Amino acid sequence: MSAVSAAYVDTEHAEHHELGFLRTYVFSTDHKMIARQFLFLGLFMMILGGLLALVIRWQLAWPETAVPGLGWILTETEGILEPSTYNMAFTMHATIMIFFVVMPILAGAFGNFLIPLMIGARDMAFPFLNMLSFWVAALAGVLMLAGFFVPGGHAAAGWTSYAPLSSVTEYTGVNWGQNLWCISLFVLGISSMMGAINYITTVVNMRAPGMTLFRMPLVVWSLFITAILLLLALPVLTSGVAMLLFDRMLGTSWFRPSGGGEPLLWQHLFWYFGHPEVYILILPAMGIGSEILPVFARKPIFGYHAMAFSMIAIAFLSWIVYGHHMFVSGMNPTLGLSFMITTMIIAVPSAIKTFNWLGTLWGGRIRFTVPMLNALAFVSMFVIGGLSGIFMASTPVDIFIQDTYFIVAHIHYVVFGGSIFGAFAAIYYWFPKMFGRMTNPALGHLHFWPTFVFFNMTFFPMHILGVGGHMRRIYNPTQYEMLQPLQWWNVLITIGAIGLGLAQIPFVINFFWSLFAGRKAPVNPWNATTLEWSAPSPPPHLNWGPRLPTVHRGPYEYSVPGSSEDFLPQWEPSSAVPAGARRH
Amino acid sequence: MDHTVTMTAHVEPARVEPAETPLTPTSWGKLGMWIFLAGDAVGFGVLLAAYGAARATSADWPDPYQRLGINLTAAMTFLLICSSVTMVKALEWLGRGDRARCRRFLLFTALGGAIFVSLQAYEWTHLVHSGLHINGNPWGAALFGTSFFIVTGFHGLHVSAGVIYLLSMIRYVGNRPEPAASYNAVEITGLYWHFVDLVWIMVFTFMYLI
Repeated sequence: MSAVSAAYVDTEHAEHHELGFLRTYVFSTDHKMIARQFLFLGLFMMILGGLLALVIRWQLAWPETAVPGLGWILTETEGILEPSTYNMAFTMHATIMIFFVVMPILAGAFGNFLIPLMIGARDMAFPFLNMLSFWVAALAGVLMLAGFFVPGGHAAAGWTSYAPLSSVTEYTGVNWGQNLWCISLFVLGISSMMGAINYITTVVNMRAPGMTLFRMPLVVWSLFITAILLLLALPVLTSGVAMLLFDRMLGTSWFRPSGGGEPLLWQHLFWYFGHPEVYILILPAMGIGSEILPVFARKPIFGYHAMAFSMIAIAFLSWIVYGHHMFVSGMNPTLGLSFMITTMIIAVPSAIKTFNWLGTLWGGRIRFTVPMLNALAFVSMFVIGGLSGIFMASTPVDIFIQDTYFIVAHIHYVVFGGSIFGAFAAIYYWFPKMFGRMTNPALGHLHFWPTFVFFNMTFFPMHILGVGGHMRRIYNPTQYEMLQPLQWWNVLITIGAIGLGLAQIPFVINFFWSLFAGRKAPVNPWNATTLEWSAPSPPPHLNWGPRLPTVHRGPYEYSVPGSSEDFLPQWEPSSAVPAGARRH
Repeated sequence: MDHTVTMTAHVEPARVEPAETPLTPTSWGKLGMWIFLAGDAVGFGVLLAAYGAARATSADWPDPYQRLGINLTAAMTFLLICSSVTMVKALEWLGRGDRARCRRFLLFTALGGAIFVSLQAYEWTHLVHSGLHINGNPWGAALFGTSFFIVTGFHGLHVSAGVIYLLSMIRYVGNRPEPAASYNAVEITGLYWHFVDLVWIMVFTFMYLI
């Protein structure tokens, strides 16, 4: 057996050296290169999505004044946002951030990078399909960006694209923008499906000897469950946007009442996809948090099995709660009550996770490294986002706060406070393994602290605005007399948002500086126990030498009593442990 | 029947390395296809559910039995079921080591699919001439035509893709002198083909019969 694998490695390495630039960096089938490609795609799109957010904020703080720097794009209005442009900005901000930033970074980049490395596999199950998955996603990105350059502008019906606003061209004046939006998401759905097939097959079939399901790191569990959600949720959107496109281009009437259609059908389809999608965005961040907290608290994760089962419970419940997005759509109150109850039940597994994170920290010797700080920010911000979700889950409260800034605050605490802080934590934590160099801790702190402060300055006041009645998606809040006393909050939020944008500059500098000039990373810089830290930094093609690591224990053996060092790696045989003669 | 699949050069040797309790030890592809089919089933399910919702809330849904007719489609259904049988036979002959017969039955299967799609094109043409369009028809709810063309069209695309898939498998089996070397790939093709067949039974029942 070992002879076969050794021969395999040798031939593959010989072949590897012959691969040209194109096969190594562009059309690579190596899961680690595909992961880096997804990461760069996501980070590039994050700049665009962030700039769109600042445009929105400028308009809300100082309505109908020229946005600095936008004069050379909006030449006709000299940089002043028109209502149609404003609608386009918030639609595309959300679309880009959800589909082209959080999903590519968390599921695309870290899913690809971590799954094979952490379960002890040489690559994904279908490397070619994996490459195809990235390039199809990149094509979807190009199609989405193309929408900015077509006459009539990009989609402007909100990221939810409610019909009939989205299905009838005359309502928004957007023609090809919305069409490209549909086509792009259709293509992205195909990419997601290819990714999901790969992730699930790899986890089910390719775990290294000894890596039983309940020895898998929790981040692999989270990505595995995310892949199942992707597989079963994305086709709903794919079919939905195809139907929307037919309505727009072939004159069908799925969502048009005048032709016998039903606008509510779109909402049902969209949210049947949309609620699992929320967990697609947050579950990987939960896994990342569960991975980083034990490493820097030097303690085992509290309640490993409960963590895994609570993620399964969340994924299951995500299919039967979607109606809570439609409480005010004229739904039968009995049905609304059912959705309210199922939604409240999600608080149980979420609370299990939160208390287990706290239990992990309790009594630990915490090291406040940059990844740890971001992971702690993830936990604390996710708690705020989760708690504000309970407000909206209860129908009587939701009737008051729906479609206000309260929901905007909620989603940003979950998706920015949760997913993006999770993504930052992951980038800082796995950067040494991904690129073979350490990031600069000083710049990391300079990135984290202003981001954390400005994040709260930006999004916390939105709760107050929302309860004060500030509607979501309005062009000019000063037009409403009731909102005028609240306008200074809008100014404060925008200042916070600008600060939040500027706080990302140290991150960009740190990322690129470390990429080329960072200190060379050792094999296991954080003294962690999971398998990826047994491979060289960065891991070569096929990850390990002739022999795959064998797994001897669970993933979080920190501070084991009687052990010479405070961590027992998964790949270390038991007999070798007490000797205290390990390398490092 | 014993179908031990020996590891030959074309199978990536990485799969020879020990792994912890794989679900489909001989082939990752089989699991991959099952997963794909689960996702694809959701896509079909959404279209059928949307069709059901549109029909249930419509006051003037035309009678499908009267407008679509089932004589031709019943024959098409029979043809597709026959093609599933030939698919089974293809795999069986390969298991017995007879590549030539396997390829012949794969060809029959592909032929069944191709005739099915051709008959569907004929049916569509006929229906379009009688006034059924994707965005309207003379008999009532416009979504009658919409759902008909989208659901049967989506299925027709699957059959067309399947025909190409089957033809490429004829080549695949032909290129591998050892029958066991292509057994797994043909079995996976069969999974897809039987799925497409099964979906048609659903489509036929919901769109034509009920």
